[in-house]
Amino acid sequence: MSITPEHPAALDRRTVLRRAAAVGMLATPAIGLLSACATSSGGDKENEKAAEGTKSATNPLGVKEDAPIEVIIFNGGYGEKYATDVHEPLYKKAFPKAEIKHQSTQAVSTVLQPRFASGNPPEFVNNSGEKLMDFGALVADGQLQDLTELWDAPSVDDPAKKVRDTVVPGTVEAGSFNGKPYVLYYVSTVFGIWYSAKLFKDNGWAPAKTWDDFIALLTKIKAKGITPYGYAGANAAYYQWNVILTQAAKIGGVEVLKNIDNLEDGAWKQDAVKQAATAWAEVGAKFSDKSFEGLKHTDVQLRQNQYKVALYPSGDWLEGEQKQDTPAGFDYQLMPVPSLTASDKLPATALRATAGEGYFVSAKSKNPKGGLEYMRQMLSTAGAKGFTEVVKAPTVVTAGSEGFAFPPGVASSQAALKAAGQDVFNLYFDGWYKELDTEARSATNELMFGRINADAFVERIQKRADAIKKDSSVAKFKR
Amino acid sequence: MRHGKYPFVIGFLFAPVALYVTFVIWPYAQAFQISMTNWRGLSAPQWVGFDNYRRLLDDGAFWKAVQHHGVLLLALPLITIAIALFFAFLLNVGGKSSGGQRQGVWGAKFYRVVFFFPQVLAVAIIAVLFQMVYRPNESGLINGVLMKIGLEPILFLVKPNLALWSILAVLVWQAVGFYVVLFSAGMASIPGEIYEAAEMDGASRVTLFFRVTLPLLWDTLQVAWVYLGIAAFDAFAIVAVLSVDGGGPDGATTVLAMEIYRNAFVYSKYGYASAMGVALFFLTLTFAALTLRLTKRESVEY
Repeated sequence: MSITPEHPAALDRRTVLRRAAAVGMLATPAIGLLSACATSSGGDKENEKAAEGTKSATNPLGVKEDAPIEVIIFNGGYGEKYATDVHEPLYKKAFPKAEIKHQSTQAVSTVLQPRFASGNPPEFVNNSGEKLMDFGALVADGQLQDLTELWDAPSVDDPAKKVRDTVVPGTVEAGSFNGKPYVLYYVSTVFGIWYSAKLFKDNGWAPAKTWDDFIALLTKIKAKGITPYGYAGANAAYYQWNVILTQAAKIGGVEVLKNIDNLEDGAWKQDAVKQAATAWAEVGAKFSDKSFEGLKHTDVQLRQNQYKVALYPSGDWLEGEQKQDTPAGFDYQLMPVPSLTASDKLPATALRATAGEGYFVSAKSKNPKGGLEYMRQMLSTAGAKGFTEVVKAPTVVTAGSEGFAFPPGVASSQAALKAAGQDVFNLYFDGWYKELDTEARSATNELMFGRINADAFVERIQKRADAIKKDSSVAKFKR
Repeated sequence: MRHGKYPFVIGFLFAPVALYVTFVIWPYAQAFQISMTNWRGLSAPQWVGFDNYRRLLDDGAFWKAVQHHGVLLLALPLITIAIALFFAFLLNVGGKSSGGQRQGVWGAKFYRVVFFFPQVLAVAIIAVLFQMVYRPNESGLINGVLMKIGLEPILFLVKPNLALWSILAVLVWQAVGFYVVLFSAGMASIPGEIYEAAEMDGASRVTLFFRVTLPLLWDTLQVAWVYLGIAAFDAFAIVAVLSVDGGGPDGATTVLAMEIYRNAFVYSKYGYASAMGVALFFLTLTFAALTLRLTKRESVEY
């Protein structure tokens, strides 16, 4: 074997390998260019072809009777049956000549982003789930139909009553951007801390109203060998910032949250936020489990069903979500976040409640009126009752939940909502500024699992809020 | 027949070149264009010049990701190649010599198949698998055992200074099999006479490895290094599925592709995400060019 530089066979192997490496080089950065979808679209042109019909008592929005309508439903926790079995038949009954094209998906933005970019969006969209489209970006782009017309239209059941008067207060505001309604949030959602009535009864524990009671309760649970409190750090840290901010609102009043939503200077550094963060950091340090940071929400929820975790913060979708794993007699109950001090601005019963599960009508679709009418049908008593019967969740339609026997968890959250009376509040920044949500999640994990203190917590989120405020590419919202 | 040669060649090239331009070159060019805009995915983008790039300079998450690529870039190829070389050597020439021909260790054929298993699994499945392995409580594969014997569980993906190494371990685990096979093929093409001659001169196994195998495998090593470097610039799937809170805790395991994904598909900042993509593009190119240049040395031909 001599060393021959130009041995043809060896050269071949070498060049082949080289070239293979070069191809590999070119192939991989493609991940970085995922966003390179077509931008050369007609997404901006005015919607001149919007179908319209004549207005009448049964058709107050002036829907063109035979105009087709396309409905996109997020096939998640609520499934799609409520749309195919309840709402779509209602629309079909009102407009027999209209064709309804139904599509369901688990990745809304994957399916719809190209449709919006190419100027051919579907009429009606249930924008929800992990891959929902950014509402703020949609609004800023003029893609969403103004819902004022819908809210002012006469309701299906009582023509003397406007649609906006048939829903629980706060519904229109929840879907408003800079004072204009664009999104219909349909499902009534109450947030709080959940426990098993059975576990509490067996051990003689009672839900706490004051902070001292709460700490005493956590201590008792811990002595029993059960993890007193926990949330899932891996993907559900916002369940916990929700608790911290709820606490802050109770301490300092609803203004605290309003300042945060409006990106006011120093909003996160308000004393109430700092106090709340300090209090909950202590709970995290003493009464939780470090390993929860590596668990997903379903893991921690399952542990609660196994009576290994006593208290878990969530919204009232929890009971439905855990249906498969909940043992008989578990009996979900909601406890509002307890008061921190005697001088709290809001009473112990105060809680965060909102309308969840967003729906919108595309302004640039072919039949936006049809989309509005579809919403009007959803908001009828029949539409709301049907939804509640299928998915066992209350809607924002007041008449829709009447006389329905909810499972214990939702029944308790509805009772808590009633007890709260006027002391119900909500927050919006996470929907308006996704980046702030991400920052709050990271900071919450850092705080609750003991890597930073309350001062650093508010400091870093404030820094991000300031950056967003200065970022001209992000559309701002006020309430 | 010279006449008609070019139309013939062009006719054959046209389709592949058109496809390549449409689906590879054009999206690349577009990414460059989008990176100069504030496009949010819906209406027409507005030109903002180099704003996005200026913003990159003081984006903490971006630099964190670049730093992690630095760590991965050093550690992933080094560890993977070291382990793969060791295994390949054992499998091919590490055993006894019989009839003048060097053999692998006993059961080499079996091990070769086993080592390749991770390569057959989809990356997402590997990530889910390792979620089970790393799970921080009694139902985790490792921690279950640790807790049974009364030890504290190790919070693999949760401890900020351990998380990246946990991710790296998965990347190595997944990659080793392929490189064992690649190096085995390289070693198989090294003529047995060379080993025989070296052995006659009294070379030990260690000497054999460093004086014969390694130099004759140089080309293959070089390719492996480039491949692994590119893998280190990716790592998206494993990080996205396996890590806590998408590149967490608090960005401790984030990589550029993760930040691109977050900016594009969570924040709808397609312009900014494209700027990151362009940065990643240049990082990868620079790395590959540097590697090929630095490792260029007189190859031993045989």
